[in-house]
Amino acid sequence: MRWRKHTNQIIGFLVVLPSILLIAVFVYGFIGRALWASLTDWGKDPSQALALNPVTRFIGLQNYRELFTGFIDGRFRQDMVSTVFFTVFFLAGCLLFGLLLAVLIDHKPRGEALFRGIFLFPFALSFVVTGTIWRWLLQPGGGVNALPTLVGLRPATFDWLTSRQQVWRFDWNDLPVIIGLLAALTLAAVAVVARRAQRRRRAVGFALASAAVLGLAVGVAPGWRPLPFPELHGFNLAFIGIIIAAVWQMAGYTMALYLAGLTGIPEELREAAVVEGANDWQLYTRIILPLMAPITLSAMIVLGHISLKIFDLVFAMAGPDNAWTDVPALLMFITTFRGNQFAKGAAIGMILLALVAMIIVPYLRSQLRKGVRE
Amino acid sequence: MNRPGSLFLAAALASLFVTAPARAQDKLEIFSWWAGDEGPALKALIDLYSKKYPGIQVINSTVTGGSGVNARAVLKTRMLGGDPPDSFQVHAGQELIGTWVVANRMEDLSELFNSEGWTTQFPKGLIALLSARNGIWSVPVNIHRSNVMWYVPANLKKWGVSPPKTLDEFLATCKTLQGKGVQHPLALGENWTYNHLWESVALGVLGPEDWSALWTGKLKFNDPKAVKVWATFAQVLDFANPDASGLSWQQATDRMLKGNAAFNVMGDWAAGYMATTLKLKPGEGFGWEASPGTGGVFMMLSDSFGLPKGVKHRDAALKWLRELGSKEGQDTFNPLKGSIAARLDSDLSKYNAYLQSAAKDWKTSKVVGSLAHGAVAPEAFASQFGTVMEIFLASKNAEAAANAAQAIADQVGLGK
Amino acid sequence: MTASGTHGRWRWLMYLVLCLAVSFFLMPVYMMVVTALKDPAEISLDTAWQLPSVWNWASFADAWQAFLPKLRNSLILTVTASATSAMLGSLNGYVFAKWPFPGAKIVFALILFGMFIPYQAILIPLFGFIRAIGLYGTIWGLVVVHTVYGLPITTLIFRNYYTEIPDSLIEASALEGAGFFKIYRYVVFPLSLPGFVVVVIWQFTQIWNEFLFAVSLSNPASQPITVALAQLAGGEAVRWNLPMAGALLAALPTLLVYVVFGRYFVRGLLAGSVKG
Repeated sequence: MRWRKHTNQIIGFLVVLPSILLIAVFVYGFIGRALWASLTDWGKDPSQALALNPVTRFIGLQNYRELFTGFIDGRFRQDMVSTVFFTVFFLAGCLLFGLLLAVLIDHKPRGEALFRGIFLFPFALSFVVTGTIWRWLLQPGGGVNALPTLVGLRPATFDWLTSRQQVWRFDWNDLPVIIGLLAALTLAAVAVVARRAQRRRRAVGFALASAAVLGLAVGVAPGWRPLPFPELHGFNLAFIGIIIAAVWQMAGYTMALYLAGLTGIPEELREAAVVEGANDWQLYTRIILPLMAPITLSAMIVLGHISLKIFDLVFAMAGPDNAWTDVPALLMFITTFRGNQFAKGAAIGMILLALVAMIIVPYLRSQLRKGVRE
Repeated sequence: MNRPGSLFLAAALASLFVTAPARAQDKLEIFSWWAGDEGPALKALIDLYSKKYPGIQVINSTVTGGSGVNARAVLKTRMLGGDPPDSFQVHAGQELIGTWVVANRMEDLSELFNSEGWTTQFPKGLIALLSARNGIWSVPVNIHRSNVMWYVPANLKKWGVSPPKTLDEFLATCKTLQGKGVQHPLALGENWTYNHLWESVALGVLGPEDWSALWTGKLKFNDPKAVKVWATFAQVLDFANPDASGLSWQQATDRMLKGNAAFNVMGDWAAGYMATTLKLKPGEGFGWEASPGTGGVFMMLSDSFGLPKGVKHRDAALKWLRELGSKEGQDTFNPLKGSIAARLDSDLSKYNAYLQSAAKDWKTSKVVGSLAHGAVAPEAFASQFGTVMEIFLASKNAEAAANAAQAIADQVGLGK
Repeated sequence: MTASGTHGRWRWLMYLVLCLAVSFFLMPVYMMVVTALKDPAEISLDTAWQLPSVWNWASFADAWQAFLPKLRNSLILTVTASATSAMLGSLNGYVFAKWPFPGAKIVFALILFGMFIPYQAILIPLFGFIRAIGLYGTIWGLVVVHTVYGLPITTLIFRNYYTEIPDSLIEASALEGAGFFKIYRYVVFPLSLPGFVVVVIWQFTQIWNEFLFAVSLSNPASQPITVALAQLAGGEAVRWNLPMAGALLAALPTLLVYVVFGRYFVRGLLAGSVKG
């Protein structure tokens, strides 16, 4: 039978080959082109930017350096910070809300199918549609702000998408220290987990790494100032509206993922828990939630990559000119197609890609190490 | 195949060749971002063209949305890919020159201008803005004015003030109005209306010569004269409504019309909104004045069409351009669009009261170009001006904004 | 779920939370419908929540008119691209799950990575390529693009789905003399329905609602409805009734897909499609 297996594997390879070739061109080929473009000065010289055969010079990492330390590109830096905050809140919102809805529906209320349908339906809408509706809803003069008037209260006065407020501010120059501390914390957490799992050497290794990074963060980093002037960044409150709209759209999908997982839990497990005297709360927190971990991970991956690339929603809700709700994908679009800075736009795109890769690659590696799951 | 069958086939094929010439239609693809309210004006122009050239099929590739960013993305993608539309809408001036002409993508239209006699039919100031490198690069279809201040005559009378003519008068009048209970005399809207207001203030502070000097690089943005613009701008902003960012430009105009504000500085498409959509009578329902300090100067923006190099249907495109610049074409398009013709011999009977007054000013005033609408600054600068505005609004620091503006000007090589 | 059903004391709380959630989810829909039915002059910030005084169905008629020619494009595009990417994804998933060749893991990872690229970054080279192969301005260009960029997610879903099929089933078939394609046709494919449902729902939604490629790679004759929808909201004076009506109409087909296939959706997810 072995030759049969080999034959089938060869046939399998040939079947997958067209996809491989297509992906090679459409994904990696184009990424390569964009990467190359980001290392040139395409766009800086107007006489070459939109020429039929642009002549560009290779300038290495200068575009990237400008993005992170140049005076004019403060907007990009704020976009990076905004993305981090947005991702955290968006993920938290979808996961918590989705889990809550799934647990509620798991209790089999009457009209379960109707509830499920209502919660899932925003997922069927395009981000453009969602953005358009919520933009209308969040206009400071009406919509949501007028809701309290329906019960006789005074209207709310939050500026939503037009808000210029920013909280949790920090100076970009402190960023190396902040990152260092966060990295040290993460490494320490991994060390603790490894210790608990009895993997001594791993634990020690990570603990050492954590200490090293901590040393760097405290000792070396404060002297390293990326910018010659202070530049404050923080969480733009204008994002609150966008987060709400995004969660509205995706919480149902998360709920569906969790529901699928919940229905997959064997009845015997639940009954055993009840027999042992667990009440509802304990049943969920001790037994069911830990079983949902793989789903949470999958959901985080899907939601995370949506959040990093978010474009249509922000574009529809706030337009291309609202600096307070700007996100990297939008900035890339405007930089490329309105400012004609093709190389810089490509650089922003590459940075986005790197961010996504930082999340995806470890996930893929862990998946592959587990092999083909059965 | 049997005999009747092959005979039939032969006849069918033959008929194809016979009818072929009639079916070979020439085409014209025009690319624009006009839609919604502006659609009918373009359609009227296309209808005019089609009547004159029935053998040419006009493909109207409109891409709307995102305040033109979508259209720009599609246009640039196509141009980079070597597939130019036969003619595309672009703001006359540096938006075209700084992007496409310097990249050698457009054909020089001087010959067309000469043969059609347009060099005498358009004002000299306009021709100057359309020209660069010894060539003329687009045909202006319409003219809008940027530096207009709108008000409701009855309201001003009620408050006992008259429309201010200089910036000092404006600031004083606003102060008076605040005393009369009009808390925010100036109605302002979202992001780009700030830029729009800024250029009126700048023109008022600098005057036409220095304004133009900014764009040729002769006057630096951090020159004390230019820094003063930001300081004055701050004073003007003090009288604007604080919730401006949440309002579209129409909603800001509505504020002024309702009496919550006294003045609204906006381009004269506001006249179209007030006259056509809201059905107000020009002169009675609303009044206008050049924005404070800019009397006698017409700050223009213009939608125009050019001829890219290497288009598929060059003759059809040239015919289109001829239509656009003709008296008939301009007088068909502009009354519907709510703008005035670029030509000086336009038939004013077709236009409403505001447009007639604007056309008169067009003939007699000094013409300068708008920044916010693509006439005097290339895209690389204009696209980043928003950053400068944000820096100013966040810090209210005139020096910082001026330095930022100069930094960007240096980066894009403004005026070179 | 017997355990949960017996706690009658807190059931009212559960219903309360559910109803609050429902109002959160439906509030925007109410706004959409109400605004779509209002006369443009009636649409203002102050009266946003009020019902329309006259039910103006004209906006739906106008939106429908703007859409109808594009609807055909969208249908052809979405159905073809969904079906093609689903079919290819199924075959790919079958290979990666049951017949992994040496190096398959890496190839799978490389394919999967394609799911995560920001599309604005590759718009310009993509355009050049589509034009070079002569498909610019046609629906088929968009079909190719959406099929290719749908391959990673469809392959992932099917691969995870097929790993649930016991290897013994495959081996039994092989022992009876079935080869690669016979096994697929008689064993794997018949089991694939929930997987196809999940994939088709996802792809249908993504492709039907996609805007960037639609606007960049089509010409007026081949535009999908997302572009037509953007036209409604364009222009300098946005009369919100039209975009709202348009948005409702545009959402209907995807909603229909959900209503019809919704039951299988959760079942399909259950079978391990996107589990970790």
